[in-house]
Amino acid sequence: MGDAYIYDAIRSPRGKGRSDGSLHEVTPVKLSADLLNAMKRRNGLEGHAVEDVVWGNATQVKEQGGCLARTAVLASDLDERVPGLSINRFCASGMEAVNLAANQVKGGAGDAYIAGGVECMSRVPMGSDGAAIAVDPSVAMKAYFVPQGISADIIATEYGFSRDDADAYAVESQQRAARAWDEGRFENSIVPVSDQNGMTILDRDEHMRPDTDMQALGALSPAFKDQGEVMPGFDAVALMKYPHLERICHVHHAGNSSGIVDGAAAVLVGSKEFGEANDLVPRARIRATAKIGTDPTIMLTGPVPATERVLADGGMTIGDIDLFEVNEAFSSVVLRFMQAFGVDHGVLNVNGGAIAMGHPLGASGAIIIGTLLDEMERQNKETGLAAICVASGMGAATILERV
Amino acid sequence: MTDFSCEIHDDGVAVITWDVPGKSMNVLTREAFAALDGQVDQALADDAVKGIVITSGKESFAGGMDLNVLASIRDAAGEDPAPKLFEFVMEGHRILRNIERAGMDPKTNKGGKPVACAIPGLCAGIGTEIALACHRRFMADTPKGRIGLPEIRVGLFPGAGGTTRYSRMVGAMAAAPVLLEGKLLEPRKAKPAQLVDEVVAADELLARAKDWVLNATDADLVKPWDQKGFKLPGGAPYHPQGFMTFVGASAMINGKTKGVYPAAKALLSAVYEGALVPFDTALRIEARHFTNILLNPTSSAMIRSLFISKEALEKGARRPDASDQKVRKVGVLGAGMMGAGIAYVSARVGVDVVLVDRDQASAEGGKAHSEEILDKGIARRRVTEEEKAEVLGRILATADLEDLEGCDLIVEAVFEDPGVKADITKSAEKIAGDDCIFATNTSTLPITELAQASVRPEQFIGIHFFSPVDRMLLVEIIKGAKTGDRAVAKALDYVRQIRKTPIVVNDARFFYANRCIIPYINEGLRMVGEGMEPALVENAAKLLGFPLGPLQLVDETSIDLGVKIARATRAAMGDAYPDEAVDAVLFWMADQGRLGRKAGAGFYAYDASGKRTGLWEGLRERFGGEGNPALDEVQNRLMMVQALEAVRALEEGVLSDIREGDVGAILGWGFAPWSGGPFSWLDMTGAGRAMEICADLEARFGTRFAQPSLLSELATSGEGFYGRFGSVRNAA
Repeated sequence: MGDAYIYDAIRSPRGKGRSDGSLHEVTPVKLSADLLNAMKRRNGLEGHAVEDVVWGNATQVKEQGGCLARTAVLASDLDERVPGLSINRFCASGMEAVNLAANQVKGGAGDAYIAGGVECMSRVPMGSDGAAIAVDPSVAMKAYFVPQGISADIIATEYGFSRDDADAYAVESQQRAARAWDEGRFENSIVPVSDQNGMTILDRDEHMRPDTDMQALGALSPAFKDQGEVMPGFDAVALMKYPHLERICHVHHAGNSSGIVDGAAAVLVGSKEFGEANDLVPRARIRATAKIGTDPTIMLTGPVPATERVLADGGMTIGDIDLFEVNEAFSSVVLRFMQAFGVDHGVLNVNGGAIAMGHPLGASGAIIIGTLLDEMERQNKETGLAAICVASGMGAATILERV
Repeated sequence: MTDFSCEIHDDGVAVITWDVPGKSMNVLTREAFAALDGQVDQALADDAVKGIVITSGKESFAGGMDLNVLASIRDAAGEDPAPKLFEFVMEGHRILRNIERAGMDPKTNKGGKPVACAIPGLCAGIGTEIALACHRRFMADTPKGRIGLPEIRVGLFPGAGGTTRYSRMVGAMAAAPVLLEGKLLEPRKAKPAQLVDEVVAADELLARAKDWVLNATDADLVKPWDQKGFKLPGGAPYHPQGFMTFVGASAMINGKTKGVYPAAKALLSAVYEGALVPFDTALRIEARHFTNILLNPTSSAMIRSLFISKEALEKGARRPDASDQKVRKVGVLGAGMMGAGIAYVSARVGVDVVLVDRDQASAEGGKAHSEEILDKGIARRRVTEEEKAEVLGRILATADLEDLEGCDLIVEAVFEDPGVKADITKSAEKIAGDDCIFATNTSTLPITELAQASVRPEQFIGIHFFSPVDRMLLVEIIKGAKTGDRAVAKALDYVRQIRKTPIVVNDARFFYANRCIIPYINEGLRMVGEGMEPALVENAAKLLGFPLGPLQLVDETSIDLGVKIARATRAAMGDAYPDEAVDAVLFWMADQGRLGRKAGAGFYAYDASGKRTGLWEGLRERFGGEGNPALDEVQNRLMMVQALEAVRALEEGVLSDIREGDVGAILGWGFAPWSGGPFSWLDMTGAGRAMEICADLEARFGTRFAQPSLLSELATSGEGFYGRFGSVRNAA
């Protein structure tokens, strides 16, 4: 088996995922193609330089349907011999694209891949591709389906995180993201989105609310209480699966959950030989990858078993990891991760996360790998672990090691 | 005579009349369904016939399918019954689809003959499904008229197209009350619900239906789903609006049924999967789900207990041979909560009531209970002022025992004290005639002992009502050692009059129902004492389909009553008393002054208005431990502790018919209705597996889980309870 390395990692800024968001006017095809072009430009990827583009996307209908990966390649300046593979593991799609590419490279199936993902949530709304797990009674009942917000609240209830815990975590995420931007920590990886005239459309994450404090968050009502307790009553379903709980404590709201945004990210993954042939310096080795299925009802605890698995795959223990990125889908997801492993917040999500900057579903997994790598380099750390929770009860993780 | 007859009127309308000979209500058999099909075919082929009206020769239209038919098809199909059942169900679809298409050209939708349904009264189950296949439904405006699809109540769902047709008529959300709750609607509500198109005066029913048939146009006959561009009302599953409906429906049904009713799940799946395909494919999908439910042991057990056995018991399966013992005048001693309830249910069905208490005011207070219930009925338009006056007129509230003269049944419902009961028994018997049967409504005192106060012990019997009397469906009849056949017949005839379901048991401590309920509560208390999370105890019970968890149940019945029963049992049993662990929790609660709901404090906390706010935090502080057992262990304990008690009751001869054990458990205390009752549950589990569970539980939790020898016998022989005891007694 060979090794797989990351040569570059870039992302678009994240626009608010609403009709007044800056990227609402930009198609997912353009957002993707622009990143592919940037990747080509930055790394001199002429001709049939990469084996494939593996592109994550969680809502593959309409303009994100019809194999968006191939469409984006054709819309970009990449050689038409680069095919394009759209994949979907919900929120882990972007991470899975990187892991899949890495493992192909390790196995010798191609020297290099561009892996990443995109989600234009303002244009192709979450859930607009349907989902039998939520709608088809035969599986919805068997799997005790509840929406993610309820799942996040089950985590808070089961593992004892209060509303204040969740809010305090969110405030810190906002402050860290603001500081990271102020200090230019994302400078090397952000590719501003421009129009066909070269005019900038967006060059900075616009979902952030750096002034958020406990008082502001305290004013928000729990977002999932009604659908849990009243119509249609998802809490009753949750308690069927978690019968030792008397009731679900609803602690999550828009302020301590990830933001709905538009965005994309790409990672250049290749073998040692690829780097040598193209005169590129590897930034990190992808030491281990993992994916796992978990209870679909609590749904979002996947980062914990995925991390156990990726550590085993890498022959490491939690103490061997210097820095962590855990996707901030909801406060409780990250709080649970820190609780399970005794990880200090000081080495985790150092530059904030999706609560502050937003969570473009298909891209986020690739985004946090890039953010992790940037921070490993900034702090000159050796190892980093990225983990992400996934809808329908899954988790994924990646371990990076600097070379 | 056949069940359906067809007459072609001079105006060219073929009137097909459903009138099953020798029955008060139409129920559909397989043969009758074929006969209907033949008559429809004939009428469609007859050039002289312009259209068809299907109606009934009785006051009602139909009670539904004869559920015995379904059971017999399943039984007759042998080893692999699915194909036979599927074929039967698909044949039903073909017959009804033939009515619905009525000879129309499949392409142009033209040339069909109009078919109307004229519904004179009650219309349920397949009666409604036949009606839904017709082009227009007329219902007579009568106070007792009801229409609906109650299949879900016996563990089925509408399987003759009712699910597919009705959900396509009104949409998945609007169909829920009818399909999922099995609600029967009165005519004025049936029209907005689209179960009927027109509500007409009873004497115009047939004329109006015929009139419509004679004037209907081609377009009037075409169902929406047979037209191009049909869209499911409320949105199909992957339509934005329908999406939320279907997501919500699964959650609601899962939450409400606690996942233990397969018919509800299958129903929703049939609606969902059917909504994504053309109508005839949807019918086939419905048939596959329906076949699967017919084969599900849960639905078989529910049909057996809640329909076949229940009806058999109500019709006197256990009645000794004796002349008609219908009650004309009942004396009720004690106008407390129970006595007042007994007075009401008796007067409501036309029995004269003498309601006696120590003073006139107390007696009047008991009578006022009837007035309250009747007033609520009036508010809901279920009772008229005249009916109220009639019912109240039948109740004589008095403090004078002499008024008992002429009563042919006396029901004593005074304080649970043997001395008090003995005194009133003696006094009342002196006044009542020699023929009068004397019943006691005790829930705890042995009948044989109470009978000692009677000069006519062969006419002395226990009639144990459940609270609240007007709502609980079960009545437990207890024979004392000397109770004679006429007393049993009297009690059974009386229970039939008041439209409740009887079980007849022999005298033993706590009879049958309380004998099983008390261990259920006690097991819950033990678990709390062991340090288990109280929510797990309650949720485990609810996930078994019990209406109340053990802790909520003991709050409702009151903790001091529990203490009282425990003390009495301890006194009676001496050193053999097995429930120290229960008392450690129960007595401590009593010491804290937490006596249950009535005290506003028990295992649950309550707010000022008496509403439960949650399990009392003090429980966790006092008893809480580390970690919880797996759900199935908790559930096995809760189920087994009751089921074994039922088996012991059978072994000891307290129960003499397992049907009574099953029906009594479901109606008496809500024992997991999906299981069909404790004996059905043991059969479903298998005696061998039940033995394994018991062995494990006994080793870890004590001898109350010891296997009764009857269970080991059945495990060895491979028979189930119904295999061993069912057929013989069913034949009786």
